[in-house]
Amino acid sequence: MSGNMNLTLKVWRQKNGGSKGELVTYPVSDISPDMSFLEMFDVLNDQLVTEGKEPIAFDHDCREGICGMCSMHINGHAHGPKDQVTTCQLHMRSFKDGDTIVVEPWRAAAFPVVKDLVVDRSSFDRIIAKGGFISVNTGNAKDANNLPIPKVDADKAFEAAACIGCGACVATCKNSSAMLFVSAKVAQLSLLPQGKAEASQRVLNMVAQMDEEGFGSCTNTGACEVECPKGISIQNIAIMNKEYLKASVVSEQEAQ
Amino acid sequence: MSNKEFLTSSLAKKFVMAATGLFLISFLVVHVSINSLIFLNDGGETFNVAAGFMAHNIIIRIMEIGLFVGLLMHIYQAWILTQENKKARPVQYAVQNETASKWYSRSMGILGSLLLIFLAVHLYNFWYPTKVAVAAGTEHNTYNELKEVFTGELWFVFVPVYILGVVSLGYHLLHGFPSAFQSLGFNHKKYTPLINAIGTGFSIIVPLIFALMPLAFLLGILD
Amino acid sequence: MSKLDSKIPEGPLDKKWEKYKSSVPLVNPANKRSLEIIIVGSGLAGASAAASLAEMGYKVKVFCFQDSPRRAHSIAAQGGVNAAKNYQNDGDSVYRLFYDTIKGGDYRAREANVHRLAEVSGNIIDQCVAQGVPLAREYGGMLSNRSFGGTQVQRTFYAAGQTGQQLLLGAYSALQRQVGLGNVELFARHEMLEVVTIEGKARGIIARNLITGKLERHFGHAVLLGTGGYGNVFFLSTNAMGSNVTAAWKAHKKGAFFGNPCYTQIHPTCIPVSGDHQSKLTLMSESLRNDGRIWVPKKIEDSVAIREGRKKAIDIAEDDRDYYLERRYPAFGNLVPRDVASRAAKERCDAGFGVNKTGEAVYLDFASNMKYKYGKQVAIVKGIHNPTEEQLHAFGKEVVKEKYGNLFDMYKQITGEDPYEMPMMIYPAVHYTMGGIWVDYNLMTTVPGLYALGEANFSDHGANRLGASALMQGLADGYFVIPYTIGAYLSGDIRTKAIPTTHEAFEAAEKEVQARIDKFFAIKGSKPVDYFHKKLGKIMWDKCGMARNEAGLKQAIVEIQQLQKDFWADVRVSGEANELNPELEKAGRVADFLELGELMCVDALHRVESCGGHFREESAETSGEQEGEAKRDDANFMYVGAWEYKGPNTFELHKEELKYEVIKVSQRSYK
Repeated sequence: MSGNMNLTLKVWRQKNGGSKGELVTYPVSDISPDMSFLEMFDVLNDQLVTEGKEPIAFDHDCREGICGMCSMHINGHAHGPKDQVTTCQLHMRSFKDGDTIVVEPWRAAAFPVVKDLVVDRSSFDRIIAKGGFISVNTGNAKDANNLPIPKVDADKAFEAAACIGCGACVATCKNSSAMLFVSAKVAQLSLLPQGKAEASQRVLNMVAQMDEEGFGSCTNTGACEVECPKGISIQNIAIMNKEYLKASVVSEQEAQ
Repeated sequence: MSNKEFLTSSLAKKFVMAATGLFLISFLVVHVSINSLIFLNDGGETFNVAAGFMAHNIIIRIMEIGLFVGLLMHIYQAWILTQENKKARPVQYAVQNETASKWYSRSMGILGSLLLIFLAVHLYNFWYPTKVAVAAGTEHNTYNELKEVFTGELWFVFVPVYILGVVSLGYHLLHGFPSAFQSLGFNHKKYTPLINAIGTGFSIIVPLIFALMPLAFLLGILD
Repeated sequence: MSKLDSKIPEGPLDKKWEKYKSSVPLVNPANKRSLEIIIVGSGLAGASAAASLAEMGYKVKVFCFQDSPRRAHSIAAQGGVNAAKNYQNDGDSVYRLFYDTIKGGDYRAREANVHRLAEVSGNIIDQCVAQGVPLAREYGGMLSNRSFGGTQVQRTFYAAGQTGQQLLLGAYSALQRQVGLGNVELFARHEMLEVVTIEGKARGIIARNLITGKLERHFGHAVLLGTGGYGNVFFLSTNAMGSNVTAAWKAHKKGAFFGNPCYTQIHPTCIPVSGDHQSKLTLMSESLRNDGRIWVPKKIEDSVAIREGRKKAIDIAEDDRDYYLERRYPAFGNLVPRDVASRAAKERCDAGFGVNKTGEAVYLDFASNMKYKYGKQVAIVKGIHNPTEEQLHAFGKEVVKEKYGNLFDMYKQITGEDPYEMPMMIYPAVHYTMGGIWVDYNLMTTVPGLYALGEANFSDHGANRLGASALMQGLADGYFVIPYTIGAYLSGDIRTKAIPTTHEAFEAAEKEVQARIDKFFAIKGSKPVDYFHKKLGKIMWDKCGMARNEAGLKQAIVEIQQLQKDFWADVRVSGEANELNPELEKAGRVADFLELGELMCVDALHRVESCGGHFREESAETSGEQEGEAKRDDANFMYVGAWEYKGPNTFELHKEELKYEVIKVSQRSYK
């Protein structure tokens, strides 16, 4: 079909977490510009299986940009060259016939490679388990409208809550810092009146866990906010810094 | 959380960087103000009075110690952070397309190291002779010393080193100034653009004034 | 005699749940600590159940195949969550929500369950807000509502177009809190591959660690499945790539009856298929129908010209456009329920009026509302009395952008066309499955100790689900129903000590799973798994999709049985068993879809009536105002069809009669 492309892919192949990996070159042909990037990988994988070779492992699930599972570092960009899209929503019309595309896994000590392009992001879950919640048991809630929340606060909290936990911020940051991810949750909950009661404890515990996981520090380069597929703002990082300062200097709360 | 943790957490290190950074910025304001007196072009008379005050006043002497402590903390913390941040990414990308951030934001360590080298030269040129003079109780003409360094026979070494030093300072400030506010938790829809504008202005004007000094001597504008 | 006992409590409908709650046996706190519960799936139902049960003191283990529980497909729900709060003072009530749900489900749901769902709906909103879920608000700080899916009241709560995400993250954070407290043990990247039954009761599962490939045995006093729907049997659907029926199907083969498998919801507003490479379909929120008019050209030659690229939508004159929903259903117009809108689109496209390359797309056009509704409003506000068409377009565009900006962007991202300038193209796609594991009032399946929650059960939606009710049901089951109903079972199990997983039942189950994995690798065929999945999807879509008939279904069953044989003879699974192996995972899931697909056709074939999402061509009105519309057969089919697995390709039907004590059954009409 006209308009279809021939491309050269250089993909990171790594048998498992313990082995050494390398970039392997694969030519792909007759790629429709209407395909998503992952659909191109489906085509390549079917080709590999048919040839009796092992297909490339990569994470993906919803393929509509919301689950946060897909995670490729494409030509030096987390989720590829387009802003505010995940890899699954990146379409091949963003590339040209003859392009060489280098695809690597997220790189961070706290995101060890599991296989090929798949990394382990369970460190994010452990950070949330330390405080990314409001401690309210089922059945304890009062009527939802008993607690009016100014629209501007609700909207800001929502914007922070839009984080999909994909890890692009970590992948992009030159320090592999998880500050954007952690701060989005801290900011969301500290902006809402429901979340204020345990604000100090939350930020202290979550930061302690973040450090323990081996993420780097934030040096305010702002790259995370640019590559974030959901446009989470680094204003959230400032909010977290403030909350942390408040919690360590003013509050009598200690991390657990 | 114990106080110890507060000092060792990644965020605390950032606070130290920001606070010491802002402190050093405040010193720059004083330094550049005094240097500007040179441009009165009165043969360094006013400038030498100010420099003399800075060299002898007891409060300034105490603050100088604070300044060195701040500087050392800034350097030490930066060193630790850089090491930790390197550890956070043991395997580098084969392709890293750095369009998402500014080069100088990513190069604060290099810029800082350049600044440190410059600072060593700078202290050797001016701070050390002043100290020696003050200790000996002898008269000391800083203005003449400036002239000597920038127009003496090693001018082709010192002038470029100075220009390079203040250019590094400019880029270091361009990132550091607004970054300090962000690190201390200040990011506001209304005021942050203002801080950024002031930061940019500061990062251009202050190094420019510093750079004009050797140039003015060299070109004979100052006498 | 039927083996089905729905265990609906006695008493008047609106008192049943109240009475049940106050009389259900309790488990004392000390005993709870020694009772273990396995939960498979971490979506709205699974995560909310896990959090709630762990808070109560049970020892909980949660399993999900994704890398984190936060990725479950509940996250992709866009529209909203219904609740009978009546915050808008527009006459909503528990009864109305109950009534709408039963009617929307075309009188094929259980009254008692649906009423309970409506009763707890309000608590869901309270719970989520308390958790910090940022639902949309008005300037006064109160929660905002919108109307959804053509209901007459505004009862839908939402968080922009990401309601599912926000609700799931709320449940996920509650779950992670329990993980942090040590009350829940989390097993991400684990897939359940078998239910273990001992003396007829569910006592655990076999799960495969997807990273190491190791098979693990896990004991539980009870096993809960919150594993979602099976829309991916069609290959192309709005479900996530990993969504599968495996857990439910294993349960089915271990004795859990499968209820109404043929009830599938086809959503009318999805982005059409663009080519063979397509891996999934993307939904465009139903809310778009509030402002868009659906049409195809009146003249078939115009449609042909558009398909061949000689004409564009904007070249078709107003008089040459067929707004077929407005024409056929003047009362509801573009807001008819999902099943009706979907079938109408198919009817036009089958007749040759489709408007994209594949001939399977209709227009959803915002131009009219953009210009003449919103554009005019803005012009009036701005004091412009004679605005030009361009001005109206520009003004209206701003308003539309505010309302649907993210959806329009997503559409443009996927199709490469700008929907502000050109009408969107849409086509129906499989979205939700009302059918699922049959459960009683306690949400227990026909296997004691085995429960199904959320979309995984045959659920409260009858033959068709209303918009914004899926999130409601998932959370109702997890937060507010199972914490009570599980006590009825576990209170009798407090003396059962944890059974060691060296028990022969575990041994046997693991062997079975291992044998199947070995079999996959042994085939060494020539075709990748997706080849078979796509073939199955095509059979299902063509013959068991929006419209079904006897000949087609019979043919489909034959074709699927053949495909099963082909699959087991010629599939190629590469890689090894003891490593991360997505091909192996897919193979297992597709093998189960192949069996489920057959059962869906069997169910669809036996149900010789049209109801909700199930449209049998033989059962349509032949005359009068409703000519061509679906015709229900209450005399013969007012029951839940629950199928028992009797060995390969053999299923036995059991019927649960539906009794409507409160609601008067009537014909749906949207004319």
